[in-house]
Amino acid sequence: MQYIPNILFFVALVAGIGYFTMNMRKVIGRIKLGKEVDASDNTKQRWSNVFRIALGQSKMVVRPVAGLLHIIVYVGFIIINIEVLEIIIDGLFGTHRVLSFLGPVYDFLIGSFEILALLVLLGVIFFWTRRNIQKIKRFWAREMTSWPKNDANYILYFEMVLMVLFLTMNAADLALQNGVASGAYTSETASHYIQVGSYPVSQFIAPLFEGMTEGTLIIIERSAWWLHILGILVFLNYLYFSKHLHIILAFPNVYYGKVKPKGQFQNLDSVTSEVKLMMDPSADPYAAPAEGAEAPAKFGASDVMDLSRTQLLNAYTCTECGRCTSECPANITGKKLSPRKIMMDTRDRLVEVGKNMEANGGEFKDDGKQLLDDYILREELWACTTCNACVEACPVSIDPLSIIMDMRQYLVMEQSAAPNELNVTMTNIENNSAPWPFNQMDRLNWKNEV
Amino acid sequence: MAEYMAQGKKPEVLFWVGCAGSFDDRAKKITKAFVKLLHNAKVDFAVLGTEEGCTGDPAKRAGNEFLFQMQAMMNIEVLNGYEIKKVVTACPHCFNTIANEYPGLGGNFEVMHHTQFLKALMNEGRLKVEGGKFKGKRITFHDPCYLGRANNEYEAPRELLQKLEVELTEMKRCKSRGLCCGAGGAQMFKEPEPGKRDVNIERTDEALDTKPDVIAAGCPFCNTMLTDGVKNFNKEGDVAVMDVAEMIASAQDL
Repeated sequence: MQYIPNILFFVALVAGIGYFTMNMRKVIGRIKLGKEVDASDNTKQRWSNVFRIALGQSKMVVRPVAGLLHIIVYVGFIIINIEVLEIIIDGLFGTHRVLSFLGPVYDFLIGSFEILALLVLLGVIFFWTRRNIQKIKRFWAREMTSWPKNDANYILYFEMVLMVLFLTMNAADLALQNGVASGAYTSETASHYIQVGSYPVSQFIAPLFEGMTEGTLIIIERSAWWLHILGILVFLNYLYFSKHLHIILAFPNVYYGKVKPKGQFQNLDSVTSEVKLMMDPSADPYAAPAEGAEAPAKFGASDVMDLSRTQLLNAYTCTECGRCTSECPANITGKKLSPRKIMMDTRDRLVEVGKNMEANGGEFKDDGKQLLDDYILREELWACTTCNACVEACPVSIDPLSIIMDMRQYLVMEQSAAPNELNVTMTNIENNSAPWPFNQMDRLNWKNEV
Repeated sequence: MAEYMAQGKKPEVLFWVGCAGSFDDRAKKITKAFVKLLHNAKVDFAVLGTEEGCTGDPAKRAGNEFLFQMQAMMNIEVLNGYEIKKVVTACPHCFNTIANEYPGLGGNFEVMHHTQFLKALMNEGRLKVEGGKFKGKRITFHDPCYLGRANNEYEAPRELLQKLEVELTEMKRCKSRGLCCGAGGAQMFKEPEPGKRDVNIERTDEALDTKPDVIAAGCPFCNTMLTDGVKNFNKEGDVAVMDVAEMIASAQDL
């Protein structure tokens, strides 16, 4: 009988981590639907980016208020997770505050967890007011419909509840410790609550429990303990369904992020070979393709499978903060384009494709839909000025511009569906090597003009 | 350039004029101002003239990779044929394309934006940059996306302007957070999508907020967009839009 809590804990832990692992495998499988990328170059630069941008949050502080709050919540969450380690050991082996043998170090740890927990709680409340009361514009854009808006708030509520539970658990523990020390509580169960830790925050909550019976206090402490750890497991599994995966994916995403100058767009190798063939005077224009030769690759992207793995990882990493959209010149001036929506659409479509494949034994069954038109509109794609403001703004190195460019390539090279003025421009470049209809022979006329 | 080759000479640098600099009446003035500065600094330079062709930037950004690579390969053949090592251009789009996208196609050159080149000339003592008529004037510099964010060059144009002894004031959105003029990504050549406002109007509005005498630019396309913007606010009598090279040349009455 006495091992029931341990067994229950073990089951909850295995179920929580197991379900999460299963879903993460789905995420990885879906990302692998994209084209392979070679990120073996610039290893040093990539790691330095991970330390600076992801771990060091260097791009978050470009906006000081949001950046500072985010760092508090981020540091708080990471450090408080050391406490989760203790909770897991206690849960599995039925111990109580197993790390307390660390003595003063333990006091320091618990003390700092408490202060961080309070800061996280305040930070999250501040985040909530920015979103829901101050109604900061980027949180109320066109693409922030019901689910993205609710999702963001659910995450904040989760964090608030977890922090409150953590502090309640400590306060009840402290009240019990005090009771035992003063000789008021004498039962065998209460004797577990030996005096350990320091409680700079919950010492102010503990007086609320004054006068409660030993039994009630133990129930409060145990409930808070259980709800806190179960809450963490539920939250862990919520990540998969939410935009909040960035807490994990931000790190690999930054690693795979662009390490070349932002202005350098990829040259398509498939096109290079065609162009070389065209410019080769000894090429045989009537040559039939070799037997068994691969069909020429599709140019550009019309659906998620045409994108690269980095781009799909980008989509899963996006936490919809909207910094990209709020810096986008097209969006600022009221055009439909929103780089954040490009990322959200890519992820939504990827999830749809993934579910389709899982339901059809790993094969994608044509559902008559694609990323282009059904999610991302041409009007959005053509509004982009390729200015890289979105790429610069993203705190986790997401590149919405590369997706826009790939889709433009599909429109132009597979569909010949460029806006008419651009067709005229391209004809001009082709015929007289300038975007305007000027005579190539007039190129040097400026030399003789005054 | 062909003449140089025929004489067996090699220029110090090739000036890549670009389509705007060759054909656009406003941009041609920038070309001429820059050439005056090159002559003044006794730089031995050449141009390709009728052998130059569009770098392919607007085609690539419009999604036409084929056309881009055709243009790129032709230009690379010409440049390599003349054994060009160093290129300078007054257009950030040409600069970005030749510097970043040509190497993968076999064109490896040292490429400089004209503000970088002028700064180098100034540091070598070959070019004098002095205030003249711009001394004490309020100037705000608009960062071209393809020089700034795309290639991380924010300081060269500003250092030159500072040497002109101007009162340099920054717009709210500047440097890495600078707002685009609205021309990039081949937008120059098409009508904008429906919205509240045109991007160049938004940007010009912000520039005018700094109460400048001159809005300085480093790109022929930004120049056009901002000039149109200034006209939209009926401020063309009060506020000039000038390239950094034009300002240096005109400060010295070249």
